[in-house]
Order: sequence, then structure tokens, then C-alpha cells
Amino acid sequence: MTPLLEARGIVKRFGPVQVLQDVDFSVPPGEVTALVGDNGAGKSTLVKCISGIYPSDEGEFLFEGNPVSIHSPRDAATLGIEVVYQDLALCDNLDIVQNMFLGREKRSGLVLDEPTMEQMAAKTLAGLSVRTVKSLRQLVASLSGGQRQTVAIAKAVLWNSKLVILDEPTAALGVAQTAQVLELVRRLADNGLAVVLISHNMNDVFAVSDNIAALFLGRMVAQVRTTDVTHAQVVELITAGRSGNLGLPPAENGHELMEPTIPGAKE
Amino acid sequence: MTITAQQIEPAAVTPKPTVATIARDYVARIRGGDLGALPAVLGLVVLCVFFGIMRPAFFSAGNFANLFTQGAAVAVIAMGLVFVLLLGEIDLSAGFASGVCAAVLAQVVAVQGFPWYVAILAALATGIVIGLVLGFLVAKVGIPSFVVTLAAFLAFQGTVLLLIKGGTNISIGDEVIVAIENRNLPPWLGWVLVILIAGGYALVQLMSLRRRQARNLVTEPLAVVLGRIAGLTLILALAVYFLNLERSINPMINSLKGVPIVVPIIAVLLIVWTFVLHRTAYGRHIYAVGGNREAARRAGINVDKIRISVFVICSFMAAIGGIIAASRARSVDPNTGGSSVLLYAVGAAVIGGTSLFGGKGRVLDAVLGGAVIAVIDNGMGLMNLSSGQKFVFTGSVLLLAAGVDALSRRRAAATGNR
Repeated sequence: MTPLLEARGIVKRFGPVQVLQDVDFSVPPGEVTALVGDNGAGKSTLVKCISGIYPSDEGEFLFEGNPVSIHSPRDAATLGIEVVYQDLALCDNLDIVQNMFLGREKRSGLVLDEPTMEQMAAKTLAGLSVRTVKSLRQLVASLSGGQRQTVAIAKAVLWNSKLVILDEPTAALGVAQTAQVLELVRRLADNGLAVVLISHNMNDVFAVSDNIAALFLGRMVAQVRTTDVTHAQVVELITAGRSGNLGLPPAENGHELMEPTIPGAKE
Repeated sequence: MTITAQQIEPAAVTPKPTVATIARDYVARIRGGDLGALPAVLGLVVLCVFFGIMRPAFFSAGNFANLFTQGAAVAVIAMGLVFVLLLGEIDLSAGFASGVCAAVLAQVVAVQGFPWYVAILAALATGIVIGLVLGFLVAKVGIPSFVVTLAAFLAFQGTVLLLIKGGTNISIGDEVIVAIENRNLPPWLGWVLVILIAGGYALVQLMSLRRRQARNLVTEPLAVVLGRIAGLTLILALAVYFLNLERSINPMINSLKGVPIVVPIIAVLLIVWTFVLHRTAYGRHIYAVGGNREAARRAGINVDKIRISVFVICSFMAAIGGIIAASRARSVDPNTGGSSVLLYAVGAAVIGGTSLFGGKGRVLDAVLGGAVIAVIDNGMGLMNLSSGQKFVFTGSVLLLAAGVDALSRRRAAATGNR
């Protein structure tokens, strides 16, 4: 299967600090790809390169097999790449429909076309089998953490997006809400979208992902099928960059650890 | 694929709202700290009853008309302030901005002798320029609005003095400008306006109801919509009825009845700005920037443009307020737009339910709050209170309103209602 998005040899430097070193990363459609790595490994930087917030210094992106250049968030949005950040970026004082269409309101002439927006929002939420919100006209302030995450995700998929990147969607949630959100993540992939899930939580990763991509000190050390690895192996990949015959070769690994490049890097 | 997540929260079947559920939701909202305009409406009723008992003259037809002309300038300035407050900013210079615009008006029409429309255009243009400068300093240079407008407060006070050549006053003789606050519509035209406004409101409400029904969206029950239409019609009809009563002491010599001309002006401003805030993408974006600036920025909204624009709207409305004040006094003096005008305007917006913390408020709030302020000012005048007592009392009411805002906000945060 051709990956929906393929990153080849991505390099990103912040001054003398090389945050991403020759990173290859592929995201297949219809699957959940977990992006794991310790703090400072370069997960967020990679996502920001994909979503056009940072330009990458070297390397290329292929989208649906064609080379593309992503220079701004708008480019990414045009391709169908949407990112749900950890802080969700919702307005508490607006309701669910208003939040979902924020900045891209439907209008007829000068006037907002509320019925159309409400209908589209309802359809999107129904498509994700979201049944937990009482009313679409509820203020976001009155929603639970899981429901907010749901609204943020629904907002991302509303625009026929093809790739949704979720930055630690369960970090702030309780057990029940985490289960709800993971179920939603799974459903996105089952609906044919490509999903990238950034997470520190191994349980979440193993619960929903099809692939695991592990970053270690700015290098992509392994991208494997979830069913081929164990918890312990993934943890080793995250913390040491290698596990058995996966990951970096032993000698280079030691050398890498000596390099004092990473501490200044922004996670 | 190993998820065994249960639907923990029960799948809620959205019930069709009925009169009962809507009433219940409203009570729940109030208890949850979302008071809306309730304090203003209650305050208005309590104050009217109190002053009516203390001074029966309060309820005379003449005094009722006075309330409108007294409160007009403050209410109009407050409408503009709502936009600034929605972003969590403040404009302390709105009072003297209205003074500057009034002074420009007086200069152009009385000193230079241009026709009234030139003078009004000049005053409005002055307001827009003031707003652009303030907005630029806040949004682009990055000075806090409190500081920018406090500096402007002082500078504009000086500008008024310069414009009217220190200390004297310029009297305005132009009939059209004076008419705004001192002439009335013929009684029949008052009734025509009632029919137009109530009919227009009914049309908009019923059409929106039908559009939603046609698309199978959740709709309010027809009874609630009809109730709202009937309520508005009743209030408008009562107001016009009382304003159409004869209020001249000697009607044979000089008949005095009808809706003051300033009232339809306020009504039009109220309708236009309410439409802008609630029915256009621009208004939606104002709420978004006030609620979460970062989210608005990421949604592709030009936050700086929105921030500049609200200061323009505020100063533009201040200009209209200044024109109304000049019309009422038939002159402009160094104190036009000064003393308590700004605090009354901020007080009107806050009493009406606009939050000082941004993101919450309506243009109607400014009018309701303006009515409360006008009633207090008028009632205390009838009771012959000294101006010292008046200031203390009005200050306390403003503090009370801001206190209600802060407390209801805290309660709302606790109940997840914001």
C-alpha cells in the first residue's frame, strides 16, 4: 500500500542544534501510526514540519505518492492535513457548532448560515458515532475533557481531511474518557483516514495503533508493526534507541549519546 | 483494535425542547452563574418601584420621556464599549472621545458655519480616526489598552479645551442637530415604527423557525417564539403609548408629545450592531478572539484586525454619543463627555451583563444597563440628592455590578458554565 504521507530524510536544525537527523517517516491511510519518543526526541518538531509550522532544512515530503512542499499551515490544510494540539484551541464561550466552523464559517451572502453549519456538524459527529453531547448548541465550557477532545477531533475531520495528527490526546483525561477518545481515534482510521497519534502512554499506543514509529534523539530508530513488538521493546527503543536487532547499531548509539546537542532543543 | 471501551456516558437522545424544558434550562443556567441580563432587569424594576413610591412624579409621562433623552448618550457610548469589553480590553477615553467629536461638530457647524450633515460627518470621521489610532497602538504596538486609553483620556480632555478655545462654550443653533434630543416624532409615526419593528422581528423569528424545521433541526416550540414576539410587541406598544401622551403643562400653547427622535436612532443602532455581532462571521470572530485569542489565531482569524476594528467601532459610537450630548445641551463645553460619562457608560455595559473579562456580552446589555443608569440618575435628581450623594450611590451600583460579574463568573467556572 502506498503511504498517504511519506517523509524522506527530513533534517531540522535550530542554529547549531540538529533536532531532526535524516528522519524517514511514512503514514499509511486507514491506519493509526503511533509516534513515540522521549521528551526532546523531536516528535513535536517532526509534526510541526509536517503541518508547515517549521520549514524543514532538508528532505522531502511525498503526499499520495507525489512530491509536495509544505511551507505554511495553509499548505498543510489544503493537502488535507489537520493537527489537533494538546491545548485543543477551542473557545469556551462559543458552542460546539461555532467552534467547529471557527474561521471557516458557512454563510449565505453576508449572513451566517447556521442551519447548514448545524447540519454538517451533526453529520460529522454522527459519522464518528459521537453520542455523548446533549446539544450541538451547548457551550464548550460545559463539556467534559473527553467531549472537548471529541469536538476538537470532529473539527479536524470536518473538512474532508486525509491525515489527522493528534498530539497527546489522552494526556489530561481520566480512564473512562481516555477509552472514549481512543475508540474515536480507532474509528477515524477505520473510516479510511490516516491518523498519527503522539503519545507517551504505552497502553494507549498498544490499544489503538497499527504501526509504531520511535524517535530517539532526533533519529527515527524504528518503524514497526505494533503486532511485531512488545511493550518492553518499545520502551527500550524510546530510552536507548535500540532493542535487540531493532534500532541503531550499538557502536553508533554510544557515540550518539555523547553528543551534547539535544538539551536546548524544543520538545 | 483491542478497545473494549464502554459508552460510559449514556447516549443521550436529544429531546425535543418544550416550554417546560426551556424554563428548566433557564433556571439551571441562572443557578449555574450565567445571569445574563437578569440583574439589570430586576434592578430596573426595583429602582422604578422605589423611585415611584418616593416621588410619584417619577411615573409622569414627562419624566418617562426625560429618561430616554437623559440616558441616550451614555447608552450609545456603552454600545460601543461592549465591543471593546468583548475582547477583554477597555476604552477609558470613550467619554472624552465623544467630547472631542462634539467639539468638532460644534466647530464645523457653529463656528465655521457648514451645514449640519457636514458637521455630523466630520464628527463621525473624527471618531473613526481616534479608534484607528487607539486600535493601532493596542494591537500593533502592543501597549495595554488600559494605558493607551488612559493617556488618550487626558489628551482628549486637552483637545476639547483647545477646540473650543479654552473654557468658553460654543452654542449650537442648527435646528436639525438640536432636534435629535429636543424634538419628537408625530404620534402616528411612533405607531408605524412599532408595527415595523415588531413585524420585522416576528418575520425574522418565524422564518428562521421554518428554515430549521425544514431541515429537521432541533427547534424551539412555537409557543416560546410567539411569546417572545408578543412580549416585544407589548413592550414597544406600551412605551410608544406613554411617549405619545401629552406632557406639556399647557398643551394649548405648546403641545409636547410623541417619541423623542433619539429613540428610533438608538433602536436602529441596537438592531444593526446586534445583527453584526450575532449574524455575521465578523461578530463570531469578535467572540472567538475574546474567548480564546490563540484558538482564534490558529483558526486563521486576523486577530490584530479584529482588535483594531473594535476600537474603531467604540470611538465611532462615542462620536454618535457626542453628537447626542451636544444636541441635548444645545452647546458644547469643556465638560462635554467628561465627569461621569465614561464611568456611566462602562457601568451601563457591565450592569447589563457584559463581562469585563471578555467573551461575554450583547449590545442589548448596554441599552438595559443604560436604562438602569438613567433611572438612577433621574430618580436621584427628583429626590433632590446632592451631587456628592449621587456620585457615591452611582459608584456603589457600578461596583455592585462588577461584583456580580466577578462572582457569577466564579460560580460559572465551578459549574462548567463559564
